[in-house]
Amino acid sequence: MNSLPVWLVVLPLAAALLAVVMPARSAWIGVLAGIATFLVAIGMAWQVAETGTLIHALGGWDPGLGIALRADPLSAALLVMSTLVALASGWYATGYFTDKDQQARFWPLWLLLLSALHAMLLSADLFNLYVTLELLGLSAVALAALGGGRAAVAAALRYLTVGLIGSLAFLAGVALIYARYGSLDMLFLARVIGPEPATWLALGLMTAGLLLKSALFPLHFWLPPAHANAPAPVSAALSALVVKAAVYLMIRLWLDLFAPAVSPDLAWLLGLLGAAAVLWGSWQALRAQRLKLLAAYSTVAQLGYLFIFFPLLMALPAGAARETAFGGLVLMALTHGFAKSALFLAAGVIQQRAGHDRIEELGGTARALPVTTFTVALAGIALIGLPPSGAFLAKWQLLSSAIAVGQWLWVPVVAVGSLIAAAYVFRVLGYAFGPGEGARKALSDGREELPALLLASVATAVLGLGAAAVWQFLAPMALLPGAS
Amino acid sequence: MNMEFWLPALIVLSSLLPGLVIFLLREEQHRFRTTLNLVGAMVKLLLVGLMIWGVFHERVFETRWTLAPGLDLVLHADELSVLFVTLSTLLWLVTTVYAIGYLENTPHRSRFFGFFSLCVTATVGLALAGNLFTFVIFYEMLTLATYPLVAHKGTPEAVRGARIYLSYTLGGGMLLLVGAIWLQTIAGPLDFSQGGILGDIEGLDPAALSWIFLLLITGLGVKAALVPLHGWLPQAMVAPAPVSALLHAVAVVKAGAFGIVRIVYDVYGVEFADSLNLLLPLGVVAAVTIIYGSVRALSQDHLKKRLAYSTISQVSYIALGTAIVGPVATVGGLVHLVHQGLMKITLFFAAGNYAETLGIHKVSEMNGVGRRMPGTTLAFTIGALGMIGIPPVAGFVSKWFLGVGAIEAGAAAWIMPVLIASSLLNAAYFLPILYRAWFRDAEPGSAAMSPRKGSLETHAFLLWPPVATAALALAAGLFAAAPYSPLEWAEIIAVREYRE
Repeated sequence: MNSLPVWLVVLPLAAALLAVVMPARSAWIGVLAGIATFLVAIGMAWQVAETGTLIHALGGWDPGLGIALRADPLSAALLVMSTLVALASGWYATGYFTDKDQQARFWPLWLLLLSALHAMLLSADLFNLYVTLELLGLSAVALAALGGGRAAVAAALRYLTVGLIGSLAFLAGVALIYARYGSLDMLFLARVIGPEPATWLALGLMTAGLLLKSALFPLHFWLPPAHANAPAPVSAALSALVVKAAVYLMIRLWLDLFAPAVSPDLAWLLGLLGAAAVLWGSWQALRAQRLKLLAAYSTVAQLGYLFIFFPLLMALPAGAARETAFGGLVLMALTHGFAKSALFLAAGVIQQRAGHDRIEELGGTARALPVTTFTVALAGIALIGLPPSGAFLAKWQLLSSAIAVGQWLWVPVVAVGSLIAAAYVFRVLGYAFGPGEGARKALSDGREELPALLLASVATAVLGLGAAAVWQFLAPMALLPGAS
Repeated sequence: MNMEFWLPALIVLSSLLPGLVIFLLREEQHRFRTTLNLVGAMVKLLLVGLMIWGVFHERVFETRWTLAPGLDLVLHADELSVLFVTLSTLLWLVTTVYAIGYLENTPHRSRFFGFFSLCVTATVGLALAGNLFTFVIFYEMLTLATYPLVAHKGTPEAVRGARIYLSYTLGGGMLLLVGAIWLQTIAGPLDFSQGGILGDIEGLDPAALSWIFLLLITGLGVKAALVPLHGWLPQAMVAPAPVSALLHAVAVVKAGAFGIVRIVYDVYGVEFADSLNLLLPLGVVAAVTIIYGSVRALSQDHLKKRLAYSTISQVSYIALGTAIVGPVATVGGLVHLVHQGLMKITLFFAAGNYAETLGIHKVSEMNGVGRRMPGTTLAFTIGALGMIGIPPVAGFVSKWFLGVGAIEAGAAAWIMPVLIASSLLNAAYFLPILYRAWFRDAEPGSAAMSPRKGSLETHAFLLWPPVATAALALAAGLFAAAPYSPLEWAEIIAVREYRE
């Protein structure tokens, strides 16, 4: 039973190979693999809740020599989110791609991306993290270019360059750690790493690479064109999962592995960049002319909130308050994953039916596509952070922690960011409910509208009303060290 | 499971579930939709009746659901929530009937009634909220549910009005949120309790408490339309008549006023708030609002706009009653929560009838309308007289208690002039309407001369609701001393708020 983590990596990988061999059946293979991985992720989360962190050494080699997979509550929670998002987006993709050729190219890349993502979330050593990060980046670039067209290819090339620079910086940091400590096993390293120049340099390099990949302001320039020009299911995965993978690594490095070596001042810097991202991203989303561009800028802003948690977590003393704040961070990431993928899928439906996604010409959409408009509204509630979404509770904890430790700066940032978010969401809804011809009244295709609705409902209702379970699930996390 | 746990949740669900089902209905399923609406409203009324009986016999009803560490969704029935929940439930039933008649054969009715039910759900949730966190949740939900109702007609004017409404209320909601989080961070999770809780907690910084009070009251003041936060209300009257009626009588404006009552009495505690010198500024703002609203109402020719400014003025009686320390003024403020609702909903129903039946929107077009629509005009008259404060209509009772309370608290010197001036102003903008309607002759060819279409002056569903609420407003004044009357209930609350 301990082998469940392995299946999460192997299943999509095998399915990817199968999809290459049988392109005509690739959609079936992809959806079945999606269902299977989701079920495995649920099963694994169950096991983690029952017995605690799972560690699986591949082939029975001891950690340090072989490849080890580790599933703790944080990675299990993110895996449940990403497998569900991937399942819904895959289901959606079966109706989205009308071109057989495109369909056949999409699935192998898609499944490879998922395999890399799962492997990364489960990796227990730094070198594997690097390899999976690289694989993830490459398959993401290939998928982003799938739409064809000059804009998409240009954006994908830029994405590729940025991704490569990011992983190289990360790799340099990993090499430095290996040279200094002679191991890449994270459990071992966590015990020996101390505050010294080599550690700081390594952390600096790795952080720089990850910030580039997670598009933290002002390194976000590559994200909006890449996410806005990709096919809708790809945009959903890129915005909801791939950038979040880099944030996940930041959490691991800063709050776990390098915790003894990082100083609160540096965390402040992350927070300040996050705050700038919140304001700038929200403002750009408000000014965006196209729905998918709006969604992409909104991702820049939402990632900013996650980074504001870093200085707070550093300042909070170990204990209940810190666990509460950490749960808020994870809940925020989960909610955004569901909400943003829902928004991108809904935008894809609108784009296909109306032939464009220009916000000011969306009039009549509410009448032509009521379910999709409702999805946009639900996802919007989660992006603004209104109740009953999970983001509301997360923001409450964020503000509460900020007040508790006296970091008042974040309060107006979050307040203003949320109000701008409200402005951009209701701007879209205002046009959608307004008069106009709207999208073509085509036969409503459940395959496209329902997955988006499902994801939006999870973000807004399930994660809001069931949020207590998230904190309960994360409670045994041992990764939180005391503040230095 | 036991009734003590489930009853508050069921009261909220009895409009939430019908609302969600209604969203899924096709336009033409109007029979099913109407049944669902009315059954939901009846069931809610029945459950509320059960709750009134239970609370009167000191049973404790509480639904509690943990959402996050330290954050519980709490629905709790105390005397104050019962007062407000009863008002909302009763008026929801009446307004549903009215809306069914009003919207007959218009498009988008499933959408309308869906949001309408969500709006009432939010109001009832506000009424039953057992702590500040829950209150904030339903406060935001109310904003979201009302926005599509204000924009319902889809005209550029309606969309603009709705956008102004949304910017004001979301901004206010954010202030309330920050205030609530700040308070919970320094004082822990706070369940509302009669007499207040902050006074019992040691070591709180008075300056911080004052800032928090400012944040909370400003956030609530937006919905309660306290000057200078009232700008959205006259714009929002582009909404359909039943929405305006609900907005002004129970839902939005009243939610703000109710929130102020909760904060002052059940979070800070009236005596503790007074010791922090927070109540005098609130009273002054309320007094300014009362006068300002009345003065602005004088010059409005548009009937609904005149009523909107009148609401700004009248709702602040509640805040004023809250700001005066002393049980008698408390009774006046609380009972006005109910009385204003009954009277104002009557006035808006009547205004809707004039517009819907005769196409009359302006005061200057109302000559002789009493002869054409006697039932509606009679109801309007009762509501207007009540607003002025003429006995035996309910409004008189509120003003009497406010006046006596002011004297008792030694604040008569500045509150009495406000009350008198306001009553005179009320008379100055309502009496000309009544005069025109009853005593002026309709000009030949005007709308008031148009013949009846059936045996009644208008659709039965439009006629009976204002007649019923006018009768209730009259009864609340006539039988103010009877058991279970709003006044009696407000007195019970006042006794428990002052713990000497």
